[in-house]
Amino acid sequence: MDSKNMKIEKIKKKSILFIFICLSAASFLISIGNGAVKISAGEILSALLFRQDTVNSQIIWNVRLPRTIAASLTGTCLALSGSILQGVMRNPLASPNIIGVSSGAGLMTLIVLILFPEFYFLAPLGAFAGALLATMFIYFLAWKDGAGPNRIILAGVAVSSLLGAGNNAIMTFYPDKVSGIIGFMVGGLSATNWQDVFTIIPYASAGIIMVLLIQNKLNILMLGDEVATGLGINVERTRFFFIIISSLLAGAAVSVVGLLGFVGLIVPHMTRLFIGSDYRYLMPATIFTGSFVVVICDTLARTMFAPVEIPVGIIMSALGAPFFLYLLRRKAEY
Amino acid sequence: MNLTVDKLNVSYGDKEVLKNISFSVNKGEIATIIGPNGSGKTTLIKAASRCLKPTCGNIYIGDMKIDEMNTRTIAQKLAVLPQVKNVSSDVSVEELVSYGRYPHLKFGKKLCREDKEIVDWALEKTGMKELRKRYAVSLSGGERQRAWIAMTLAQKSRIIILDEPTTFLDISYQLEVLELVRELNQSLGLTVIMVLHDLNQAARYSDKILVMNNGRICCMGRPEDVVNTCLLKDIFKINADIYDDKINNCLFLIPRNTIA
Repeated sequence: MDSKNMKIEKIKKKSILFIFICLSAASFLISIGNGAVKISAGEILSALLFRQDTVNSQIIWNVRLPRTIAASLTGTCLALSGSILQGVMRNPLASPNIIGVSSGAGLMTLIVLILFPEFYFLAPLGAFAGALLATMFIYFLAWKDGAGPNRIILAGVAVSSLLGAGNNAIMTFYPDKVSGIIGFMVGGLSATNWQDVFTIIPYASAGIIMVLLIQNKLNILMLGDEVATGLGINVERTRFFFIIISSLLAGAAVSVVGLLGFVGLIVPHMTRLFIGSDYRYLMPATIFTGSFVVVICDTLARTMFAPVEIPVGIIMSALGAPFFLYLLRRKAEY
Repeated sequence: MNLTVDKLNVSYGDKEVLKNISFSVNKGEIATIIGPNGSGKTTLIKAASRCLKPTCGNIYIGDMKIDEMNTRTIAQKLAVLPQVKNVSSDVSVEELVSYGRYPHLKFGKKLCREDKEIVDWALEKTGMKELRKRYAVSLSGGERQRAWIAMTLAQKSRIIILDEPTTFLDISYQLEVLELVRELNQSLGLTVIMVLHDLNQAARYSDKILVMNNGRICCMGRPEDVVNTCLLKDIFKINADIYDDKINNCLFLIPRNTIA
């Protein structure tokens, strides 16, 4: 086992992970440094380390830092969530949408914002609850002496389209109020503040810690339900647990950023193309790639057409999809 | 360690697929389940490997009921190689085999030196040492099956269940896998329970044969006591002649025609 090849392979994977960490850190500096006022890296570091009373320091602490952290956390949460789901469903098309996160969160948010606008401040909570409820509903529908991946996916598609009909119905009946919620529907980070960061942090950190503790089980689940059972995994219970974690992670992200679907589908694949499918490396790597992608895309969304800001979801799809297709063509075995 | 199945019933919905199955496989035996398609062989294997819940009846490992045991503890005593398996394109043989150590790993712990030695041993035993760095998906059918068997060996269980280990393999790989199974049975004293379709192979490699039909075990015993022209007629619907294979010291059959 202690042969050279194995070690080289491990070192390679660890260096890729290290590069991802560096990229993620660099993306923070880029994000904080760019905007209406450009701030140099040195200035950012000194402002972060020693709180000063300069204007730039104010901008960093009150505007850019919370937004960057929110972008980073939502990216991490969505990417991890997608990565988990692609594993437990053994399906490359799985993403948080498949367990009803988007449709559930979308419907609840619409209900709050359009039907009960006086309770607008409950919208993030509603999104979170809607995501979890939709997931539980899908799992409940799929259960019949156990819930296999295919049944969960099919139930997910059906429930999502049912809830989607609800979304569309509300938007049809209240066309005048639709423009206010476009940002939510495509996913955007404008006007995020420390409050948003504090909302998402408990779920994000709990989810990340749990995932890192049991990521090994995902490798075993990938071998198939029967093999995993033979190796002593309680497949149903483990799968349910993973689904709940992904719903928590994605639901928390959606409540802050809106329906940013793309990250959860594509970032896990991108990461896998670089670091391979071993979840012991894939999970830690996904934490940083998810953060990197959303932070960079959000920076572009803020600055590209300044002073007009476009929703990050648009940038993400416009840049991410071609890049992903490029990776896909380059790696023959995928 | 022996495996005992006691009055086992399994249903899919309302349909009873296994009816009152009882048998016992002794320590160090190779028991082969044969039977026509749809007779319940795979269902029995799935129930015995706890992938299906029985409606009633019990399965014992030694004298312990498996539904009262922790699934990890079972995995340390009983390894399963199902028909449906899946492996990602970048998993090496060595990694695949190391997954066999999972039931022995403590929460959050990595493989220790002893685990690695066991992985080495399993690779050695199955003749996969040279191929350990290869991706499992790049192997030939026979090599891949050997890699999976190595994984179950790394589990270090005393009982191993194999569901149609020779399916989709050409004749030389079939022989290779069955020879390996017998070798492991003889050198390690493993108890083996498997499903085979080829009756000649079942006769040659088994200590005990269980014949299933319509969800029941209709007879069981030593191959020479069980496989006869009557059985082939009644259960498998063929006319066949049975001969004595002096070289391999077992019986073999040549089918003549099917019974309409």
